[in-house]
Amino acid sequence: MKIIVCIKQVPGTTQVDIDEETGVLKRDGVESKINPYDLYALETALRLKAGCPGASVTAITMGPPQAEQSLREALMMGVDDVMLVSDRRFAGADVLATAHTLSQAILADGWETGVILCGQQTTDGDTAQVGPEIAEFLGIPHAANVTAIQDFSAGALTARVDLPATEEIIRIPLPCLVCVNKDIHTPRLPSYTLKKASRGRKVRMVTLADLPDSDPAHYGLNGSPTQVIRIFPPEHHVEHERWEGDPEALAGRLYDNLRAEKFLA
Amino acid sequence: MAGIVVHQDKIPDLSAVAALCPFGAIEVNDGSVLINAGCKMCRLCVKNGPPGAFELVKERRVAIDKDRWNGIAVYLDQTDGEIHPVSLELLGKARELAGKVGHPVIALLAGASMGKAVAEMRHYGIDKLYLYEHPLLEHFRIEPYAAVFEDFIKRCQPAVALVGGTAIGRSLAPRVAARFRTGLTADCTFLDIQENTDLDQIRPAFGGNIMAHIRTPHNRPQFATVRYKIFSAPERMASVSGEVMRVVLDETLLGSKIETLSSSRKAPVKNIEDADVLVVAGQGIQRVENMTLLEELSQKLGGMLGGTRPVIEAGWLEPRRQIGLSGRTVKPKLLIACGVSGSVQFAAGMSGSDKIVAINIDPGAPIFKIAHTAVVGDVCEILPSLLKRIKAGEVAQ
Repeated sequence: MKIIVCIKQVPGTTQVDIDEETGVLKRDGVESKINPYDLYALETALRLKAGCPGASVTAITMGPPQAEQSLREALMMGVDDVMLVSDRRFAGADVLATAHTLSQAILADGWETGVILCGQQTTDGDTAQVGPEIAEFLGIPHAANVTAIQDFSAGALTARVDLPATEEIIRIPLPCLVCVNKDIHTPRLPSYTLKKASRGRKVRMVTLADLPDSDPAHYGLNGSPTQVIRIFPPEHHVEHERWEGDPEALAGRLYDNLRAEKFLA
Repeated sequence: MAGIVVHQDKIPDLSAVAALCPFGAIEVNDGSVLINAGCKMCRLCVKNGPPGAFELVKERRVAIDKDRWNGIAVYLDQTDGEIHPVSLELLGKARELAGKVGHPVIALLAGASMGKAVAEMRHYGIDKLYLYEHPLLEHFRIEPYAAVFEDFIKRCQPAVALVGGTAIGRSLAPRVAARFRTGLTADCTFLDIQENTDLDQIRPAFGGNIMAHIRTPHNRPQFATVRYKIFSAPERMASVSGEVMRVVLDETLLGSKIETLSSSRKAPVKNIEDADVLVVAGQGIQRVENMTLLEELSQKLGGMLGGTRPVIEAGWLEPRRQIGLSGRTVKPKLLIACGVSGSVQFAAGMSGSDKIVAINIDPGAPIFKIAHTAVVGDVCEILPSLLKRIKAGEVAQ
C-alpha cells in the first residue's frame, strides 16, 4: 500500500511587497520551507502508515530544483521515499497544469491504489484547488476539509468532514484523495537521526520525458488556461483621517467617536 | 512554445539578472541564463530586466467560438434546502455581469427536496433555474454532484460559472473545472467582464502584498470562486421571475463510492462573519494577557473577537476566528484592528467593512491605508484608557 503526500515549497515569509513606483517585487530573504499546511498531511500519512503494516509513504513535490530541500525535510520527518517533479517546461503552471503534472507524476511512479494526501491549501497561493483537481485527473473520489481519520482498514478510510452547516462521517474506499485540515494532528518535528541517515540520499527526479503524457502543450504556461494579465499593488481609495497624539487623548477621541456613531450607548 | 525566452546576447551583466526574480526562477549556469520551473509568469523580468533580454512568447492557441457560450451561471450552495448566503451575493454579481454582455443569469440547484428553496430563489432574478432533485443528492458527495454540474455545463454552455468559496464549493468547483480542462480562479475579490465575455478576475496573489489580474481567454466556461461577504447580497424582489427547468439524470450517474455514515447539524455558533462589530487582535498586542482588553472591548460594543494569522497560530484565539485569505472574510459595520499590521492576506478578508478603525504604533503600517480612522499609538495604552471611559460613561447613565 502506497500513501502519497503532495507537498509544496513556499517562501519562508509572507512579507512580500511591491515597489509602487518600479513594480519590483521585494521579498525579504530567500528562505523557503514546506508549506505549513502540508505538514499536517505528512503527519497524517505517517500515522496511517503506522497502523498499516507494509505501507510506505512517498512525498512528491513539483517545483524548481531547489524544492529538493522540502523533500529532504519530509525524509527527516520519516517518509520512506521522495520524488521531485521538475522540468523547465513546467514553468508558469496554473492550478490545472499543476494538478495535471502531479497526477502524471503519480501515475509515472506506478501508483495504482492507496491514499493521496494533500494539505488544506498553501500559504503562497491560498487556492485549495490543486488536490481536488488531481483527484479528477486520476478519476478517483476525494474528500476535502477532513478533520479526522477514524479508521483505515479493509480498503477504505472513515473520515470526519467539516461542511458549511453539517459535520459528516463518510466512508471512502481506496484509491482516493483526501485533503486534511490544519490541526488534524500536531506535526512531528524533523528527527536528527533521520537527518543523518538521509544526508547522502539521492532525490529521485521526474522530468517531462518520464511522464505518460509527454506532450509539452499540457504543461507549464502552455497547459494553463488562466493567464496573469498583470500584477499590481493593492489600490486604496479610502478617505481616511489620521489621529496622532498621546494615548489618553487618542482614547478620548475614539470614545467620543464611537458614541457619536452610536456604537456605544 | 509559450514561455519566457532569454536572449543571452542582450544581458550585459550576468550577475545582476538572478535578483530580478522574486521566485528564484532565474538561474545562471555556465554563463547562460535559464528560467526554471519556479517561474510564475509574473513577467517582472520582462518589465525590469535589460531591454529585450527577457521576452514572453505567446503560443497561438486554437480560437474558441466564444459566442457559443452564453450565460452567467451560479451554483446555489445548499444544505437541507437552505441556501448559503454567498449564493445570493453571487446572483447579485451575476446579474451585473450578465447585464453588461446581454446574457441570461442561470442557476444550478441540486439536492433532495428543494421545493422551498426553489420557491425562494425565484425572488432573486434568475432567468433559468436548472433543478436536479433526487434522493441520492441528499448529502453532498463529490461524484454525483460533479456529474450534475457536468450535465448542467453541457446543457447550458455558460460563459462563466460562479461558485461560492464554501467547503462544498472549494471541493466541487476544481473538480468540474478540471473535467472541462478549463481555468479556475479561486477566491476572487473583484469580478468584471469584457465585451467578448472574458472574465476579469482579481485576487491577492503569491501570498504577499500583491494583487493579480487573471483571465481565462481561451477556455470556457470560466470558473471563479468567491468567498462569503466579498460581494453584497441583492434585494429580494417581491415578485417571482424566471423559468424552472427540471432535469432528471440517469441514476447510474448519481452513484457514489463514498458512503455518508452520519450527518449532524453543527451547533449553531455565532460566526465572526455574522457579527456587526469585530475587535481584531494582531501581533502588536504583544502578550496573550492583553487579549482580555480586547475581549472586554468587544463585549462593550456587543461584538466579537477576531484575529490575524499570527495570533491564531500562537494559539491566542480559536482558528474559526481567523480573518484573512486563509481564514474568513468579514464585512461588519465596525472593525477595530488592534496592533494589526495589515498584510494583503489579511486585508482581503476585511477591507469591505463599513468602518475600519486601526490602532497601531507604527505610523507606516499598511493597515492605515485601508483604515477609515488611523489611530497612531500604542494599543496597549489606548485600550485601557478607552475601557475606563466606557465604564465611567455607563456609571454616569
